[in-house]
Amino acid sequence: MRFFSGQNCIYIERFGKKMKAFGKVFKYGDNVDTDVIIPARYLNAPDPSELAKHCMEDIDTEFVKNVKKGDIIVAEKNFGCGSSREHAPISIKAAGVSCVIAETFARIFYRNAINIGLPIIECPEAAKGIEAGDEVEVDFDSGMIYNKTKGTEFKGQAFPEFMQKIIKSEGLINYINAK
Amino acid sequence: MGMTMTQKILAAHCGLESVEAGQLIEANLDLVLGNDVTAPVAIGEMKKMKVDGVFDKDKIAIVLDHFTPNKDIKSAELCKCAKEFSKENNITNFFETGEVGIEHALLPEKGLVVAGDVVIGADSHTCTYGALGAFSTGVGSTDMAAGMATGQAWFKVPSALKFVLTGKPAKWVSGKDIILHIIGMIGVDGALYKSMEFVGDGIQYLSMDDRFAMTNMAIEAGGKNGIFPVDDLTIAYMKEHSSRDYKIYEADEDAVYDETYTIDLSTLKPTVAFPHLPENTKTIDNVGDVKIDQVVIGSCTNGRIEDLRIAAKIMEGKHVAEGVRVIVIPATQKIYLQAIEEGLVTTFIKAGAAVSTPTCGPCLGGHMGILAKGERAVATTNRNFVGRMGHPESEVYLASPAVAAASAITGKISGPEELGL
Repeated sequence: MRFFSGQNCIYIERFGKKMKAFGKVFKYGDNVDTDVIIPARYLNAPDPSELAKHCMEDIDTEFVKNVKKGDIIVAEKNFGCGSSREHAPISIKAAGVSCVIAETFARIFYRNAINIGLPIIECPEAAKGIEAGDEVEVDFDSGMIYNKTKGTEFKGQAFPEFMQKIIKSEGLINYINAK
Repeated sequence: MGMTMTQKILAAHCGLESVEAGQLIEANLDLVLGNDVTAPVAIGEMKKMKVDGVFDKDKIAIVLDHFTPNKDIKSAELCKCAKEFSKENNITNFFETGEVGIEHALLPEKGLVVAGDVVIGADSHTCTYGALGAFSTGVGSTDMAAGMATGQAWFKVPSALKFVLTGKPAKWVSGKDIILHIIGMIGVDGALYKSMEFVGDGIQYLSMDDRFAMTNMAIEAGGKNGIFPVDDLTIAYMKEHSSRDYKIYEADEDAVYDETYTIDLSTLKPTVAFPHLPENTKTIDNVGDVKIDQVVIGSCTNGRIEDLRIAAKIMEGKHVAEGVRVIVIPATQKIYLQAIEEGLVTTFIKAGAAVSTPTCGPCLGGHMGILAKGERAVATTNRNFVGRMGHPESEVYLASPAVAAASAITGKISGPEELGL
């Protein structure tokens, strides 16, 4: 995939601590753009808790009502395409989502997620093999994605070292401060 | 191994003789851009950094163009935050209402970007400056903060797609039609993470405004950047607008491309992207009968003087269709004034259109032309996602200024030929 040709998945080994995500899946299709993740009419109030109130509003009015801390978003191709608004990953993170799994991510969203410390995993098999409502566990240390509902599992691969350093620093700003 | 235009520019900005696709680099930046939506978030992040101030007060541009003139109190607070930061840091290139233009039209016009530059902007359409032979790409606010503080950004060196453009486009076929055709062909993720390099004999027929419209929409194919080689037209543009030295990078003959597409521009027709993705394209002869409620002519894609001239030429002496709201937004103050002096604004107003001060406004559903449930707009903007211009059940059809102007007159999606032009 993106950084290791021939391998299927990429995961964030976050903070270098034992870290797992567990939650119920909200499933979306191809090309979920940042305008539907957080519509522009809410960009005049960039406070994370305000943005969280409107996350995914234009494609899923039930998302904010139903999402619980730790839940996971799974989508197909090109997640986060469109506007560079960092408000999009911020709103997802602030809504309580512990991880986004997608077949592919749009490049600005991908950068932004790493830079703000929102765990993301690129994994076509997991994106196809997980459905809405499934309970999924992600082990960020081993890179394993377990679909507890279906009893299936998917193996991820680590980011390159440079990017892991950013992630372990909990984002780009801390990484630069520590340099 | 040979390098693409983009790879050469990146190599020169990280002190390496050569780079290859996939390589991670930290590049020096010639310009860091932000607007009223993204800069305040970046300013918040920068305050968390252990730095005294910005890396270079002359290499940062803060352009308050999205929700301006301030549409509400919250937007006004964001602009105030950006203005105070710019003042504290003596930012040379701070632009607010009265001087501001839509950022991606304004920066080339002000001569702030030239060939060979590396530019990041906290706005996805920062890729526009590739028309000048620069590497420029959109990033988020945290990258902008880091860029303002350190003058550097990390990149994965992109591989590239090569688009060989041949032939001369027909009368009403513009850069917008060409890029919509390409996005329709390769899809909204067809260039994901890659450079889109436009070359070939056909580019001699493309004005700078055509080229800006094309590189502007590289992001709509998922591209990291779009770029044109520098020719006499580019040099003339840079000499007219900038006093900065430029540097020309050409792709090596043995540069590697993931794919090469050859497009005969003479075969293209005016093209429209239907809701809700820029890849849902149809040529004008296949659009059917689509009645519209609004037309927007403007944005960082198509709010430049040539766009307004084409629209005015089509609307001259006619009146917009009954029940259709037509909003024309010159992209910068200079373009606005030029449009007044050339009589274009008179033409628009006599035709029944509203003409606005520069703003991104309706393109992103901010203000100045929001759609109600079920309404449809033809727009010269760049995105037609769900809810982009207003209600989630409204629709945006992306088109060239010629198609938008003709549609304004007929009240349905139309090409200029339908008006006998």
